[in-house]
Amino acid sequence: MGLFYTFHFYLFGVIAIISAVAFVTRRSPVAAALWLVNTMFCLAALYVMMDAQFIGAIQVLVYAGAIMVVFLFVVMLLNLGHASDVTDIVGGKTKLAAGLVGLLLLAEVFVLWKDDGAPAPVPAQQELEPGVIDQVAAPLFREYLLAFEITSVLLLAAIVGAVVLAKRRVT
Amino acid sequence: MIQEALFFSAVLFIIGVIGVLTRRNAIIIFMCVELMLNAVNLSFVALSRLYGIAGQVFVIFVMTVAAAEAAVGLAIIISIFRHHENVDLRNINLMRG
Repeated sequence: MGLFYTFHFYLFGVIAIISAVAFVTRRSPVAAALWLVNTMFCLAALYVMMDAQFIGAIQVLVYAGAIMVVFLFVVMLLNLGHASDVTDIVGGKTKLAAGLVGLLLLAEVFVLWKDDGAPAPVPAQQELEPGVIDQVAAPLFREYLLAFEITSVLLLAAIVGAVVLAKRRVT
Repeated sequence: MIQEALFFSAVLFIIGVIGVLTRRNAIIIFMCVELMLNAVNLSFVALSRLYGIAGQVFVIFVMTVAAAEAAVGLAIIISIFRHHENVDLRNINLMRG
């Protein structure tokens, strides 16, 4: 791995984390959504750097494109774009509890990071072939064909559910 | 790079958990859940470099489920807004018992 690669890997990772922190601390839902889109773009860059180009493209199209647009659409539809007068951040005890949970999880990460025990046996890194999409598509339509078809049923159920839940009662 | 990617993934997941615990706006909590799903996807992609392409296939399934969840969840938020005129989670305590 060259220095160029390493530098950009860390750069995108750090930008992703900074954007995520900004996302959680913004009061206006629109600003929060835009910071989250920034995080997702950085994650797409990380996917591309880890030889998952197709996942990176899907990340930009589906997550940063479709899902976040739906979120912003709902924020605009319900006119929630402005930060409310009363802060929606919980106070006192709950915040303390959330901070403690965060510290606990971070401590866990650092323990795993510093763990010098015998490393798990790692299988040889598979040599990736030049084709990008067929590597993902071949297992998707062979081993995981049943799961793929069930996903389509899930999407149908989600569409019907969303329409039924969001439509106005006709009286 | 796999170790670093797993570290970034863990930190993003923690930020998502803290967001879910500390916010009351239902839409922001929803977006925090999306952030947690993204963090898990990063882990999947990083580990797929070691353990084969199945991780990337699973990321596609996670994204599909996330899209379905966003559609249904936002529809629920819209019907909650029709009822309460806001999306503050303090008002949603019908099932508290």
